[in-house]
Amino acid sequence: MTRPTTLTPAGPGRVGPAADGEPVRIGVLAVQGDVREHAQALSALGVTWVRVRRPGELADLDGLILPGGESTVQDKLTRALGLRDPLRAAISDGLPVYGSCAGMIMLASTVLDGEADQQTLGGMDVTVRRNAFGRQVDSFETDLRFPALTEPERPIRAVFIRAPWIEAVGPGVEVLARVPERPQGSDAGVSPAAGRVVAARQGNLFATSFHPEVTGDLRVHRYFVDLVRAARERVA
Amino acid sequence: MSDQQNPTTASPTSTPEGSVASGTGTSRVKRGMAEMLKGGVIMDVVTPEQAKIAQDAGAVAVMALERVPADIRAQGGVSRMSDPDMVQGIIDTVSIPVMAKARIGHFVEAQVLQSLGVDYVDESEVLTPADYSNHIDKWRFTVPFVCGATNLGEALRRITEGAAMIRSKGEAGTGDVSNATMHMRKIRAEINRLRSMADDELFVAAKELQAPYELVKEVAANGKLPVVLFTAGGIATPADAAMMMQLGAEGVFVGSGIFKAGNPAQRAAAIVKATTFYDDPDTIAEVSRGLGEAMVGINVDDIPVPHRLAERGW
Repeated sequence: MTRPTTLTPAGPGRVGPAADGEPVRIGVLAVQGDVREHAQALSALGVTWVRVRRPGELADLDGLILPGGESTVQDKLTRALGLRDPLRAAISDGLPVYGSCAGMIMLASTVLDGEADQQTLGGMDVTVRRNAFGRQVDSFETDLRFPALTEPERPIRAVFIRAPWIEAVGPGVEVLARVPERPQGSDAGVSPAAGRVVAARQGNLFATSFHPEVTGDLRVHRYFVDLVRAARERVA
Repeated sequence: MSDQQNPTTASPTSTPEGSVASGTGTSRVKRGMAEMLKGGVIMDVVTPEQAKIAQDAGAVAVMALERVPADIRAQGGVSRMSDPDMVQGIIDTVSIPVMAKARIGHFVEAQVLQSLGVDYVDESEVLTPADYSNHIDKWRFTVPFVCGATNLGEALRRITEGAAMIRSKGEAGTGDVSNATMHMRKIRAEINRLRSMADDELFVAAKELQAPYELVKEVAANGKLPVVLFTAGGIATPADAAMMMQLGAEGVFVGSGIFKAGNPAQRAAAIVKATTFYDDPDTIAEVSRGLGEAMVGINVDDIPVPHRLAERGW
């Protein structure tokens, strides 16, 4: 896999709100899920965020976050509220989007173990298995290597909650992180989870199986904000 | 550390195992599960068929129980954990999270529910308590627990015992939202009172709340519970759900209000939309049209105090 070179302009020493360039506006899809945690991470990075529940609220966004939550509910509500087509249009127009957990499912071109009528927004050429790690009693946290982040040597604490994983990726998809061969705290020996793809990027679309928004480690959000900035500079 | 903010869901002071724990059943994993349910509606279901209807209507999770609270009220008798076959049937039927109720203090019912693979256990006053002194030691479980509370002290005592989510109790099975309103307002007012206190006043506040000082201090500093707060008990209409959200609930449990009403599927879907658009009266008006009859309901005032479910638990 090749590593894009434009991803991490921010050095590890940069503290607090990023001062470079115009203020960035990022939407958080707010039909259901852990909207507040993503919003707090964006605020901590000095980014303006807006709640997106209506098609009109997608205007003038530099990026969008699809939060964690229940993917079947997010799918039903985005359809019922007339958000599905505008969201798909925004994605195909190149809007940078980050999806965590349920958000990853929403970005996947193919979902396994979904409900019969479940639809995704698509955009990323990945096959995602819903609830792949099991039920809540199987939910876990562990440290992952995620070299594309700032401080690449420092592992990221990843919290997996009834989480999906990526089972297949298309040619344009860059794998960014995998479950370690033997997750910390796992006494199951070699589990089916070992080595699974849990973070990936394709162009302006980025997804993680886990929830960086509940740990206080801002590096994943910084990665996305840098992606948003880079995308905007390319347009400008 | 440059990229570190205060954790929002896991806090060292209320997390015995600390924030470095790995693996399953950590506080962050338990509390995080509730974070993912926010803005959603959790619906009481008795059978797999009802669970399917709830899922199709947009429930964020279903709550399995033996009888809905309105029937528990009407029929009386001891109310217990649902039959394992029924819980299993519900788990096999839907792919959204499945919660199930255990009696207060009945740690073996909770063990059984964990063994069945339910995603959350509700240690619930709606069932007949199994222990009138002690609640379940919820730290001993991998499965997370939600517990009811009528006030801040009660919520903090449950969190001390390991609850990873709190719901205001309301008065279940009535369709009368007044107690849910009272409990939400009470919890909010008590949190606001802590926020306004000087540091040296928090020691006495902790004594009065009958809750650990460290937890009281944390709530005073953050202005919110360290776990997600939902509301429950008497919610029967989209407007009820939206009002609870405006009063500070982060999501809604609906019990008898759906399957004791005419046209449950449509009512359930309307309550889901009203919960998302809780601050938009136009949307609430639109989804409230043509729902048919709401559950008949009972005024809480007409129920003698010893028969009020919210009085169970302490």
